[in-house]
Amino acid sequence: MKTLQEIEEIRKTKRKELDLRINTSSDTREKHILICHGTGCTSSKSPEILKRFREIIKEKNIENVRVIQTGCFGLCAKGPIVIIRPEDTFYANCKVEDCEEIIEKHIQKGEIVERLLCKDIDGKKVQKLDELSFYKKQKRIALKNCGVINPEEIDEYIAFDGYKALEKVLTQMSPEDVIDVITKSGLRGRGGAGFPTGKKWELTKESKGDQKYVVCNADEGDPGAFMDRSILEGDPHSVLEAMAIAAYTIGATKGFIYVRAEYPIAVHRFQVAIDQAREYGILGKNIFGTNFDFDVDIRLGAGAFVCGEETALLESIEGKRGQPRVKPPYPAQCGLWGKPTLINNVETYANIAQIILKGAEWYSSIGTEKSKGTKVFALGGNVNNIGLVEVPMGTTLREIVYDIGGGIPNGREFKAAQTGGPSGGCIPKEHLDTPIDYESLKQIGSMMGSGGLIVMDDTKCMVCLAKFYLEFTVSESCGKCTPCRIGTKRMLEILTKLCEGEGTELDIYKLEKLAANIQKASICGLGQSAPNPVISTLKYFREEFREHAIQKECRALECKAMSNITINEELCKGCGLCQRNCPVSAIEGESREKRVINQEKCIKCGTCLTSCPFKAIGN
Amino acid sequence: MENEFVTLTIDGQEVKAKKGITILEAAKQVGIDIPTLCFLKGINEVGDCRMCIVEVEGRRGFATSCIQTVEEGMVVHTHTPNVLEARHVILDLIISNHSKDCLTCTRSGNCELQKLATKFNVLNVEFEGERTQHKIDELSPSIVRDFNKCILCRRCIAACKNVQKIGAIDCINRGFESCISTVGDHSLNDVNCTFCGQCIQSCPTGALHEKETIDDVWIKLKDPESYVIVQTAPAVRAALGEEFQMEIGTNVTGKMVTALKRLGFDKVFDTNTGADFTITEEANEFIERFSKGGTLPMITSCSPGWVKYIEMNYPELIPHLSTCKSPHEMFGAILKSYYAEKEGIDPRKIYVVSVMPCIAKKFERQREEMKNSGIYNVDNVITTRELARMIKQANIEFTKLEDTNFDSPMGEATGAGAIFGTTGGVMEAALRTAQDTLTGKDLEKIDFEQVRGGEGIKKATVNIAGNEIKVVAASGLANAQKIMEEIKSGKADYQFVEIMACPGGCVMGGGQPIRSSKERAEKDIRKLRADCLYSIDEKSTIRKSHENPIIKKIYKDYLEKPGSHKAHELLHTEYEKREKYNI
Amino acid sequence: MENIKCNCEGTYKEILEKYEKDKSNLIKILNDIQEKSGYIPQKAQKEISEYLGMPMAEIYGVITFYSRFTLKPKGKYHIAVCLGTACYVKGSQKILDRLKERLKIEEGETTPDGKFSIEATRCVGACGLAPVFTVNNEVHGKATVKMLDEIIDELESK
Repeated sequence: MKTLQEIEEIRKTKRKELDLRINTSSDTREKHILICHGTGCTSSKSPEILKRFREIIKEKNIENVRVIQTGCFGLCAKGPIVIIRPEDTFYANCKVEDCEEIIEKHIQKGEIVERLLCKDIDGKKVQKLDELSFYKKQKRIALKNCGVINPEEIDEYIAFDGYKALEKVLTQMSPEDVIDVITKSGLRGRGGAGFPTGKKWELTKESKGDQKYVVCNADEGDPGAFMDRSILEGDPHSVLEAMAIAAYTIGATKGFIYVRAEYPIAVHRFQVAIDQAREYGILGKNIFGTNFDFDVDIRLGAGAFVCGEETALLESIEGKRGQPRVKPPYPAQCGLWGKPTLINNVETYANIAQIILKGAEWYSSIGTEKSKGTKVFALGGNVNNIGLVEVPMGTTLREIVYDIGGGIPNGREFKAAQTGGPSGGCIPKEHLDTPIDYESLKQIGSMMGSGGLIVMDDTKCMVCLAKFYLEFTVSESCGKCTPCRIGTKRMLEILTKLCEGEGTELDIYKLEKLAANIQKASICGLGQSAPNPVISTLKYFREEFREHAIQKECRALECKAMSNITINEELCKGCGLCQRNCPVSAIEGESREKRVINQEKCIKCGTCLTSCPFKAIGN
Repeated sequence: MENEFVTLTIDGQEVKAKKGITILEAAKQVGIDIPTLCFLKGINEVGDCRMCIVEVEGRRGFATSCIQTVEEGMVVHTHTPNVLEARHVILDLIISNHSKDCLTCTRSGNCELQKLATKFNVLNVEFEGERTQHKIDELSPSIVRDFNKCILCRRCIAACKNVQKIGAIDCINRGFESCISTVGDHSLNDVNCTFCGQCIQSCPTGALHEKETIDDVWIKLKDPESYVIVQTAPAVRAALGEEFQMEIGTNVTGKMVTALKRLGFDKVFDTNTGADFTITEEANEFIERFSKGGTLPMITSCSPGWVKYIEMNYPELIPHLSTCKSPHEMFGAILKSYYAEKEGIDPRKIYVVSVMPCIAKKFERQREEMKNSGIYNVDNVITTRELARMIKQANIEFTKLEDTNFDSPMGEATGAGAIFGTTGGVMEAALRTAQDTLTGKDLEKIDFEQVRGGEGIKKATVNIAGNEIKVVAASGLANAQKIMEEIKSGKADYQFVEIMACPGGCVMGGGQPIRSSKERAEKDIRKLRADCLYSIDEKSTIRKSHENPIIKKIYKDYLEKPGSHKAHELLHTEYEKREKYNI
Repeated sequence: MENIKCNCEGTYKEILEKYEKDKSNLIKILNDIQEKSGYIPQKAQKEISEYLGMPMAEIYGVITFYSRFTLKPKGKYHIAVCLGTACYVKGSQKILDRLKERLKIEEGETTPDGKFSIEATRCVGACGLAPVFTVNNEVHGKATVKMLDEIIDELESK
């Protein structure tokens, strides 16, 4: 148990110690080697790098150097990432073998290891993190501490104003005050639908109930989105603090965080955070000496996308099949075990403490008229800088794809960007300048969603893409209501027919009819939005659907049944790269000769397409 | 009380509706019949099938009329082009994944899906595609599950899991692969199913039905070597008419007997006589236990679903069960002993068919304990529904039949036997006999109103010969569970318990005519059928089981007295702990 | 690499007793058992049913709802191909197709010799390395059909 004074003490001393993390001109003699321990870097062996650094430091008896695990820096494509503070040197794609050199050159001699520096879009090597164009247009609020603190040390969180907002709320603010600030900040739910957060809190506060609950939705199921995971891995206390603030506001004493079991690191770090907070008396009875009690439990999801839907999530917390409930009543009135329940998503919570500390005006000054603040996107697909980006609302898609994302690799063309995952839609080239906010995205037939942003180049077939999303929905539909259970299956069957060259124009009509009715008649958000990927691809890429149906052609060459991959004799230079890469030895031809594809052997995997440096392979 | 009502508009009509009722119910008030499929009033109100969607002005998306409650000023449209198109698509989708062999389906003509297809004139299926394939489970003696006809309405789950608190079946898998099944997709025969058949009663289609055994009856009826006796349970006569479009609760005893004779049964007897035996034996057993300090409370044992339930779930409470066989088994035993001897027929040639409102009786019939001298007491159990089918197949115009009486000498039964078919009836009948036995008088107070009515648990205290006796009548296995928990925890202060597996008793048994969701919402079917039995009782000249002259005669000539050695041999049985899951 | 710890002899008492007899603990218990045994054996389902006092069908319904729970033991080498959008866009479907072709089994199945099993998984979080597949939780990033073939060749010869 710690008193408020003791916590303030920790804040001061620790802050001084950690100043070099955010302040390059820090006058400390210490150096901190920060190593990303997000899932991406961890799977490319960053824990081994950390271990190696510590070994070397011990062997060489180096003083004043600390090696710290942090959350995600965002630029996952360049991982594992190592950053050295206070000078803010950014080393990309590090390997265990590189550690020795970094220590000897950088730490001991003060020289930069040039070869490990990251190349920016223009090809120039960049030394500092913030100099990278990837970071320049970003504004980090929700990700503020990610990559800065060690997520498993509560003191480091406290050092950067952690739990100060909770203290302020508990000692100086009434629940009404809190709702007022959150409402005025303009914060909207980051889980996808964009419901005003202040309003949600108010509704739950006003519901009568002897017991109320606060729930954090961390069931990030959108394939290709990993913002919530990164926050939980990099800054778990920010979520915990916000949940406590929410609990105080609505009158709850018990909270649950529902996390996917597929996120073991996030689960572990959040559990550590809970344990440390309990130890400090920040969770439990009489928090900060007030009469406010609150505690949080982790509930694990077990692989069901639909559990991201709030009522399905509640069912799952109750230990049942994650089948959504018909709304109304809404969880604010009738939630967990029939009690009023507040559900917000991870990223929404991650904004709360800073809004409380910095004020509603500060937050509402960022973003657009109706969409305030920032949004974190998981940028992926055919884009150079794959990773996590946080940008002010209103940033255009073009800025994200080209300025931050560094454009499309392999000299390919941008074809579409997909936002909102299986519930969202495709945005074509002509809308690249759309400012990203809830309303604009909706207007062009997509949605904000939880923040997956997948870029596609011209090798992507849009019918296949629609099919991909429907495959996802069909396998994730809970099966409760008819339109979603059978309707999405029928849509998938039609899309499969189209991709196999067996579709007709009538099928396109059927698709649209099904889509419209599934949208209207399904019980929950999953079903209602399941047809979106089809509707939006039909809207912008109808020609491609017609080509599949009538000419039996797939211009992207993705549909195997309709495409024979061939090598253009004129363009082929006989380099043999395709031949070497072909997994089934289907490419024939001698050393410097032009190559030919043996169609009988070809499995149309497309490896050769991407390996040809002369774009000589096509149909 | 003006504020208990709200005013709303449905399809242009102003409706004054009670607060808290649904749009579906409010619409019904003004003659608007919104289609439903998964809805089963009070049992399954979940809005899964989406057939009942309507448009509510000012609301995004459709409202689910079976659960959405009425609000002041609401403007509802039930058949806009939007709604109609969506409803068509939904129905089309359901049918696209449904086996369409209506011609060979037991529910053809009484299928809620078929009715909707007719209503919407579905001539071809627009969205044909893959169909889920399921193997048919027909291993149990009682229930056949053909989930190729299942529409995932989940009414059966609600009946099994929520109403009966059994949970033998549940929804498994997810998405398109979802289906209703047992653990590990095992046969119902191998899991915790009690064969109460409430799932069949809930099913809108032919996915669940009884295991039909009328072919065996037809064969025996044509076999000159067999002496085929039929007996009919009390509840059958209160419901059989429904299969011939007669009003619910019509007493068709006379017509039924005539029909059975026309079918060619050698003898048509009344299971009510069996019930009179049961009462005589059971009252005697109770008095014995009550006066000699036996295991109390004593619990009735005439509902085979209930018996299977206690054997699986509360084996430690088996000593509380009365050792009496159920009425038709007792009767079968008498027929193959006393009656056979008296008539000089080889009991092995006697083929006893019981017509029952129950499908658990099909299971009970083939229990090893239900044998005497190596032969089964009863050879075949058919349900009310199956009997109706036989009558139809025999070209009999049921409604035009004259009334006739059961065959003598076993046909004459008491009013006490008749009320066996409804919850509280066994208790009432037993009390009538017990009070006469204990007082040694022929008492006139024979109506025990406290144990009548539709409540799931009815507790009463009766004074018999100066003894305060606390009794309970419970129906439905969820209520049975409550009573068992009371007994287990020692909180039970009552001495005599009647339990029926089906909510409402045998009149609502799993073998009775199946009424649609709509009828179940509009009428109190239980009450109508039960009232029929109470009126039979009221009109009976003899209303106490022990006064049945046949019973008296058989005790005098053959069984000596209630509880005698012979009576035990023929009329009593024993029970055993049963594994819930044989998997 | 050994991920099957079939515990057919032992009971699940230890896991069960960590939790209160409350239905809402079902998923937690199942997660623990899946972790311990690599699947949810019928014996475990029976024990849970008795412990939590709930019907086996309901437990079975929950197990079959969540894709993390399996009813059969996985192969010695469990290969999961990420079909998250980032990986899909980078061609992971082709990896999965090839895998199915090589091993002649479908997703969710195990080869008859018990050596391999396949799963199509959603986002393992290594989007930066897309496309990605994992062999017994070891991530193989920037995967190609060729790379997959080589890995399978190697595992087959083991």
